[in-house]
Amino acid sequence: MDYFAQQLINGLVLGSIYGLIAIGYTMVYGIVGMINFAHGDIFMIGGFIALITFLILVSFGLTAIPLILLVVLLVSMAITALYGWTVERIAYRPLRHSFRLAPMLSAIGMSFVLTNYSQIVQGARVKPVPPIITGGYTLHEGSGGFVVQLSNIQIVVVITTVVLLALFTWLVSRTRLGRDMRACEQDQTMAALVGVDVDRTISMTFVIGAALAAVAGMMYLLYYGQVDFNMGFVAGIKAFTAAVLGGIGSLPGAMLGGLAIGLIETLWSAYFSVEYKDVAAFSILIVVLIFLPTGLLGRPEVEKV
Amino acid sequence: MSANPAAPKQASRGPGAAFIFKKALISALVALVLFSLMLGVRTEAGSDGQLTYWTRFGDLAAMVATVFGGSIVMELLRQWWGPVGTIRAVPPKVTSALALAGRGVAPLLLIFTFLVPVIFYNERYILDLGILVLTYVMLGWGLNVVVGLAGLLDLGYVAFYAVGAYSYALLATNFGLSFWVCLPLAGILAAFWGVLLGFPVLRLRGDYLAIVTLAFGEIIRLVIINWQSLTGGPNGVSGIPRPTLFGIPLSPGDDGLAAMLGIEFSPTHRIVFLFYLILALALLTNWVTIRLRRLPIGRAWEALREDEVACRALGINTTTTKLTAFATGAMFGGFAGAFFATRQGFISPESFTFQESALVLAIVVLGGMGSQLGVALAALSMIGGFELFRGFDQYRMLVFGMAMVLLMIWRPRGLIGHRAPTVFLERNQAISSDLVKEGHG
Amino acid sequence: MSGEHILSVDHLTMRFGGIVAVNDLSFGAERRQITALIGPNGAGKTTVFNCITGFYKPTAGGMRLTHDDGHSIQLERLNDFRISKQARVARTFQNIRLFPGMTALENLMVAQHNALMRASGLTLLGLLGVPSWRVAEKQAIDLARTWLVRIGLLDRADDAAGNLPYGDQRRLEIARAMCTEPALLCLDEPAAGLNARESAALSELLLAIRTEQGTSILLIEHDMSVVMEISDHVVVMDYGVKIAEGTPQQVRDDPKVIAAYLGADEEEAIAVMESGT
Repeated sequence: MDYFAQQLINGLVLGSIYGLIAIGYTMVYGIVGMINFAHGDIFMIGGFIALITFLILVSFGLTAIPLILLVVLLVSMAITALYGWTVERIAYRPLRHSFRLAPMLSAIGMSFVLTNYSQIVQGARVKPVPPIITGGYTLHEGSGGFVVQLSNIQIVVVITTVVLLALFTWLVSRTRLGRDMRACEQDQTMAALVGVDVDRTISMTFVIGAALAAVAGMMYLLYYGQVDFNMGFVAGIKAFTAAVLGGIGSLPGAMLGGLAIGLIETLWSAYFSVEYKDVAAFSILIVVLIFLPTGLLGRPEVEKV
Repeated sequence: MSANPAAPKQASRGPGAAFIFKKALISALVALVLFSLMLGVRTEAGSDGQLTYWTRFGDLAAMVATVFGGSIVMELLRQWWGPVGTIRAVPPKVTSALALAGRGVAPLLLIFTFLVPVIFYNERYILDLGILVLTYVMLGWGLNVVVGLAGLLDLGYVAFYAVGAYSYALLATNFGLSFWVCLPLAGILAAFWGVLLGFPVLRLRGDYLAIVTLAFGEIIRLVIINWQSLTGGPNGVSGIPRPTLFGIPLSPGDDGLAAMLGIEFSPTHRIVFLFYLILALALLTNWVTIRLRRLPIGRAWEALREDEVACRALGINTTTTKLTAFATGAMFGGFAGAFFATRQGFISPESFTFQESALVLAIVVLGGMGSQLGVALAALSMIGGFELFRGFDQYRMLVFGMAMVLLMIWRPRGLIGHRAPTVFLERNQAISSDLVKEGHG
Repeated sequence: MSGEHILSVDHLTMRFGGIVAVNDLSFGAERRQITALIGPNGAGKTTVFNCITGFYKPTAGGMRLTHDDGHSIQLERLNDFRISKQARVARTFQNIRLFPGMTALENLMVAQHNALMRASGLTLLGLLGVPSWRVAEKQAIDLARTWLVRIGLLDRADDAAGNLPYGDQRRLEIARAMCTEPALLCLDEPAAGLNARESAALSELLLAIRTEQGTSILLIEHDMSVVMEISDHVVVMDYGVKIAEGTPQQVRDDPKVIAAYLGADEEEAIAVMESGT
């Protein structure tokens, strides 16, 4: 039972990270109807930027952890957001009126570019960092000697996720930008006709998605203590699975899906096999798309003839 | 931006220069921010495991300068050529003339291919390259059935390649079956997997179908890596027997083909044999595809791509139509996989990554979805292009990615800009790609 | 009654969530006759079509198709392509759905898919080039040619369907539907976007189909001149229910119908009519 509780905690933390990435997928799909294949690699870039910023700050002699983390968060969000903006401008905007296949292939190409860019400029080896946030709380000492722990880093991840989610929900429902986004999701032409700057709104969607992915990257770095240039590919597919599971186009769905995927992956590794945990995640994607294509919180679509 | 050709160029270059300069400056600034940390700082794990870093401001400055200059060049080109999306109306006569000329290219190319081992007999490198190109041509023609003809977005084609390769490898090493027996078995197994994987996903639309097929491809690769007892895991399968000419081995011994023909043995014989083998397999793929296109099933594939709803309204069982496309494409992928295994003598999961699927898909799209000649030319240019990067392996995928982006922006319909009809009353006229749908439209 | 009806719609209801698009609709389409389904926009006509042709599954009610030999099929039990293949119901679409990247001839060949698949022995015989296949293929081309002549597009047989002018595309879509040799032909606004001359040609074509092919026709149409000229029977819908049914003349003079189209009251319509317009 204690083992299960620990896995539950671990799964929810991992799920929060997936959820942050999944939001980016679901927002972009909702507004331009494309799967941003490069989004997973934006997450990877976010992790790298966080790593480098952290390294520089530490080498300058900064020791105040909260200050360091805040600076790292802001810097990686800002720079990664710019990456997201640039990718959209270069690879997707010119193709907005092209046929369906074009943005997807362009996105795949961009994914390769980002992965290999990272490999070239930072080397192919994994980048480890010593644990930055240490310590935690012992929740329960079981009779079998197993200790259920909640580490500080896990608390940080969850709190950051909750805060960002609240901020983001406020953004979408209360601000003008959020309203413009929802309008573009419904009908781009009409939104343009009533004065919404569609290009800018779409750009901002990518920017926000990238910023959230950056946070996920930083959380990943803190939690697992390493980044590598390949981490975007598999994480991206899992996060997309989360977005689909939650209902593509639904923001709470993306987070819900993320938590679900995190839980499933953690429990599977704990109780079945670690090697096949990725297979489990991919299989969920297939199962969901076949049996529940609108996801948990999505709206069913009626085919128009 | 309708330009008055009579207006003096001076007047348009004035404000134009400031505009270009501003744009270049913004691009350079963006580049500066983007590359500041990733390029300007280099991290590496030291010998003690600790992560250290050093700065590369020189490289950063060079990059920013390149972006600045490149941006200026791009703007000048854009003003000179017109916007990317400008439709240059090609009169139908020109399209038909090009199509006619195109019809001459194919036979010439074929004759040249037949003669390659004769011309380049002593250049092992060229022969190997030729075999590699032909393998991808065959894969491209196989995937073309699924993506180009039927319009089904398959991002996991490498799965069938892997099934074919591992089928032959395991059957040959465990049961000692010859290549010629295993070849059809590999195709059947791959086709079977095609149906199995295709069946659940048929209802899915374009993007979703793509990502599910990608997931399938990855699952197959992960299963191969982890099911060590069956597939040998990451170590792969080695000692795969080389093909024989219907039982006669191509070896130096007395029972070898060389001895039988009374000529001196040379290792080149095997390479030449492999070359003609893959050429034969590829030509088989081509012939079957062309014939199928003229049969109702092939026409149904193309109709499916054009408008699936209309197909249903005409009484066509879209489910079985899609499945046959999947199975046929998978079968050819399986054949290619079996050939790959016998050519290498050793296979491992590393050869069957998503990048391979993306590469074959890029070949099909570059070729102009549905065009046999286009796919062949695309394979030639892509694989040939890759070879040029022999010394710069790291940059290969980077350039490939950029090429995909540029290709989609510049020429999304591919090299061959037209489709040939499968039946005609009077005139066999090519249909411009602008009219042809890409599937799931 | 049902003996004369090729299509009998009984208490058809279609609900989308909270919206009732079609409410307890019943009518019959007679054999070898042209039945028109008319009504203001949003009346539910295309929804009825989509139910009949298998694109929607009705919430309640049934549609019975009875062939010449007396064999009848409940359409709501078939889905998808089987409606065309087994029930022999063909349709055209409001927004033309041709295969734009294929020639006019190819479009008509695709329509004969099922017959050709049988003849090609599920492709195998075709692959081998067996003579019986060649004969079947030639017959299919001949049938396509006949239809191309009938719709006046023989000289454009090898042109891409997407390149044809709008009016030609409409007629090609009808010809394509006819190449499936249906018992019931359902046309969704075939005259939409056609000028007077083209509408007249369309009317001629549909009358010829009814008389020479013996195919029963069910059509949705807004163009009253076409409806009045060719229909044998008219069914009027508004807000998902049938409000009138009869010959074109009867329907034209029905105050309920006039009120529906004008958006006015029935009493007002009667008043206007009686004031001697």
